[in-house]
Amino acid sequence: MQVSAEYGLLLASVLFTLGLIGVLVRRNIIFMLVCVEIMLNAAGLAFIVAGSKWTQADGQVMFIFILTMAAAEVSVGLALILQIYHQLKTLDGDAANSMKG
Amino acid sequence: MQIAFYIAAFVAVLSTVMVITRFNVIHALLYLVVSFMAMAVVFFILGAPFAAALEVIVYAGAIVVLIIFVIMMLNQKEEAVDQEKKWLTPSVYIGPAILSVLLLGELIYIIYEGESHTIGQQVVDVKEVGKTLYGPYILAVELSGMLLMAGIVGAYHLGRQKKKVTHRFLKQTED
Repeated sequence: MQVSAEYGLLLASVLFTLGLIGVLVRRNIIFMLVCVEIMLNAAGLAFIVAGSKWTQADGQVMFIFILTMAAAEVSVGLALILQIYHQLKTLDGDAANSMKG
Repeated sequence: MQIAFYIAAFVAVLSTVMVITRFNVIHALLYLVVSFMAMAVVFFILGAPFAAALEVIVYAGAIVVLIIFVIMMLNQKEEAVDQEKKWLTPSVYIGPAILSVLLLGELIYIIYEGESHTIGQQVVDVKEVGKTLYGPYILAVELSGMLLMAGIVGAYHLGRQKKKVTHRFLKQTED
């Protein structure tokens, strides 16, 4: 199974750009969270490609750390989304752009 | 086996495009599961079987199910889809899309500037990953344990409902 390293990095950058477009374009905060997950996954793919190039385990170790961070991030983010929905009755990301100060 | 990589990469890109263009959240999440499965195939072809298994278990299993639970709790109606259609107009997405595609072009240029390598000849198996994870990276493992603990505490604190004060003396001063 031999693949050129450029194609792996190319796939990672295309997926990262798609996630970035999603974060910038969507106004629903659930979609923004999902697109952040896509971006983290693309970063993990870049680590896996690099680890595969040198046949070292460090790439997969970094992928595991990214996975851990994504799990912690999504749990806190979903709790924040629930809180915003209970207080503002909407999922619009622009609705929470000001503080009560 | 190269053709398997290209098919999986095509499926991953196409399903990710479907994720960011769907109006219904549940449809987007189902396409997200397809995208993660295709990424798992890519990881397997690149010689990282443990990462492929974790991708299926944690991303497609745990994280997506967590998001689906929250969508069930939010109890979205049909109007949510119409609201999404109103939000996602061409005047909104043209600008960010063009700028991001320019960045992608620069990334592709940088990738093709470097020299070419073939990857995926050798499989890095679970034993090697475990040795590295609990050898030189043991401090990072403990730090991610702390991160998960902070995530649990933060999610509990944020997700807690405000308790109503029913004490007869405090009732007056609370409002």
